Amino acid sequence: MIIDMPSTTTSQVNAKLVQLREQGGVTTLGRVLTLVIVTDDGQKTEGAIEAANAASREHPCRVIVVARGAKRAAARLDAQVRIGGDAGASEVIVLRLYGPLAEQGASCVVPMLLPDAPVVAWWPSEAPPSPAEDPIGRLAHRRITDSAAEKNPIKALEQRRKSYVEGDTDLAWTRLTLWRGLLASALDLPPYERVSDVVVTGEADSPSTELLAAWLAVSLKASVQRKKATQGEGIVSVRLERRSGALTLERPDGKVGTLEQPGQPARRVALQRRSVQDCLTEELRRLDPDEIYEMTLKGLDKLNKGRSAANGAKTASAARRAPRKAPARKPKAAAAKGSS
Amino acid sequence: MRAWTNPLRDERDKRLPRIAGPCGLVIFGVTGDLSRKKLMPAIYDLANRGLLPPGFSLVGFARRDWADEDFGQIVYDAVKQHARTPFRQEVWDRLAEGVRFVQGSFDDDEAFDNLAATVKELDVVRGTGGNHAFYLSIPPGAFPVVTKQLARSGLADQTATDQWRRVVIEKPFGHDLASAKELNAIVNDVFPEESVFRIDHYLGKETVQNMLALRFANQLFEPIWNANYVDHVQITMAEDIGLGGRAGYYDGIGAARDVIQNHLLQLLALTAMEEPVSFHPGDLRAEKIKVLSATKPIGPFNETTARGQYTGGWQGGQKVPGLLEEEGFAKDSTTETFAAITLGVDTRRWAGVPFYLRTGKRLGRRVTEIAVIFKRAPHLPFDDTATEELGQNALVVRVQPDEGVTLRFGSKVPSTTMEVRDVTMDFSYGHSFTEASPEAYERLILDMLLGEPSLFPVNEEVELSWEILDPILKHWRSSGKPEPYPAGTWGPVSADKMLGRSGRNWRRP
Repeated sequence: MIIDMPSTTTSQVNAKLVQLREQGGVTTLGRVLTLVIVTDDGQKTEGAIEAANAASREHPCRVIVVARGAKRAAARLDAQVRIGGDAGASEVIVLRLYGPLAEQGASCVVPMLLPDAPVVAWWPSEAPPSPAEDPIGRLAHRRITDSAAEKNPIKALEQRRKSYVEGDTDLAWTRLTLWRGLLASALDLPPYERVSDVVVTGEADSPSTELLAAWLAVSLKASVQRKKATQGEGIVSVRLERRSGALTLERPDGKVGTLEQPGQPARRVALQRRSVQDCLTEELRRLDPDEIYEMTLKGLDKLNKGRSAANGAKTASAARRAPRKAPARKPKAAAAKGSS
Repeated sequence: MRAWTNPLRDERDKRLPRIAGPCGLVIFGVTGDLSRKKLMPAIYDLANRGLLPPGFSLVGFARRDWADEDFGQIVYDAVKQHARTPFRQEVWDRLAEGVRFVQGSFDDDEAFDNLAATVKELDVVRGTGGNHAFYLSIPPGAFPVVTKQLARSGLADQTATDQWRRVVIEKPFGHDLASAKELNAIVNDVFPEESVFRIDHYLGKETVQNMLALRFANQLFEPIWNANYVDHVQITMAEDIGLGGRAGYYDGIGAARDVIQNHLLQLLALTAMEEPVSFHPGDLRAEKIKVLSATKPIGPFNETTARGQYTGGWQGGQKVPGLLEEEGFAKDSTTETFAAITLGVDTRRWAGVPFYLRTGKRLGRRVTEIAVIFKRAPHLPFDDTATEELGQNALVVRVQPDEGVTLRFGSKVPSTTMEVRDVTMDFSYGHSFTEASPEAYERLILDMLLGEPSLFPVNEEVELSWEILDPILKHWRSSGKPEPYPAGTWGPVSADKMLGRSGRNWRRP
């Protein structure tokens, strides 16, 4: 059910919620957290709500969408309440803010928060430079950003590093979990040897590749080279040098990974790029500070960013071209709808 | 062994998934229902969640004359139809690369030699690294011949120290203490106890694991979790289905052996056990064994137990046959389809608190729950009329369906006079919430591949459970027939009498 409440106030929205609850039974009990989605009013909003609804199937939550509309308009709050089939296991409250109100989102969010339950803020696209100091970020126990969705992902990541506060997290980090899991499992097994050198290759503007390289640098205490891939999406390959030979995990096509170790057959594994919904579900699973992410961010400057790209000759030009190929990022937006 | 700490593992890193090491799974009895509806979908779901190792292999063994592709198709259909997570072609393709089929019967030496060759080949081609699990989804009668064949063909041998062989078995773990011991001996003859994984799928359920969180992570419940406050405990597992088509398995076994011996006694152990020192498998097991060894049936059995057999009737808008009319059951079958027993736990914590366990087929509805019923308040400063409708406080852990916890307590009825009535406070995992949480089999198969034994009952637990149940079964054998009850009700009259004697009632779940 979708209920539109044009030009309203938060107390009217709250009253509506109580009324809906009395009519429809206990639909709003048992929510474990409030998820605040901060976005500009536009097409992307719907994709983010969809991802949140899907994530709510594991974490029943109240979703508050703060959609900032035209700033030149008169101050107005349009609300929309979605429950039941239109909202997954959550209830969705969309708050469209216009005019001077657009900058005062927090004031509309505060009355809508669930009592006692943790608050998670999520900026699906552009995030404030310092999320923890943002008025909405200040309300949240956890702040989710997505540097891959920003105009300049690498710069965004650098900004995250500077502004890190406990409770910050970034979906570029979440997208890595499968890679990290595979690599860690590979090192669970013999030969138990030190990794001396690491090469991580990925798209020039892939923040996940940066983070993976930094994570390996910090945890393996090895020298890590970050190379720019001439083709492939996101992270393309990781090579861990050990005395007995190199362990490599490659994903040239963004779908299937191949794990190779000396003396063992090549093993293939499905390693698809994760959808936003997947990542969000994982993020909501934990609400405590992520020390490993912090450690990894701090390790970003340990990387050895060679000028040369992975595949030799065309390198330099490819590296230069890479940041500009923004249209190639389109598939990522599509993935938000669930690359299932 | 050198001590190796994986530099990529950090205990603070809670995101990092536990992925099984290189390995393969051999399923015996792949044509069965369980295998199609639960095992194969669970394997796909694990693969889809990225929790299976690269190169994972699945070998089916059955009498059918199938090629690898035919078996692949069966797995494909099972996955398409029953998997929990969405179908992804690239995940399926990787899984399908490792699917093999070996045809043969259990007494066929050649077939097992073929199986051994297939498994070896997988080590080379897929890199399963000599780590193999054997899932015996077959009747226990076939265990001796299969385990002997596994030993004979060398499949059960661990050829190197860093390899493992594991065997997974399903209930029934015998039909009494003696047969359970025999079965354990047969299996342990080939596989040491630490590589035997007994699946009790209830223990893979989130709600059951939540029992540990509820009890030991909260301050609220533990202080009242004892005989000072608890009046009695009811553990119920009711099913609304009948036994049509399951005569071969069920006739002569009955409800007590089928459900109480394993599921309900495990639930009792989790409800009644003391706090484990830690959640390490060994510590958890120690507590379960302790509480099971303190658990005794309370007699006299003709007053403290009840058993029944459903008769035909109308249930849920359908005409259903009684047990004796179901195909495959003898007209004079004395197999019980309803069983209720009374147990006591002889510890300081539980002295004098009866634990009532009941299970049955064709009951009112499908439900499994643990209800802890508290004593009445020692003094009520109200008029008698004010508390007429006040029952006993209860904490109910709903295991399935609609997983969650219900707390039942008295509350004032809104009106001018003081009147107190029972109300419930509900925590629900939410119907959509459970959709996303993993199936019990996913969890259990993954734990088995990781060699993590916490959720699997050991030998000793199985034998202790039989020790508890055997005296009751013996009494039933010599005391006539089970009492009939109409399909769709909550069991025979004797079940109500059994609690009525001490002024108690079964909850209607």
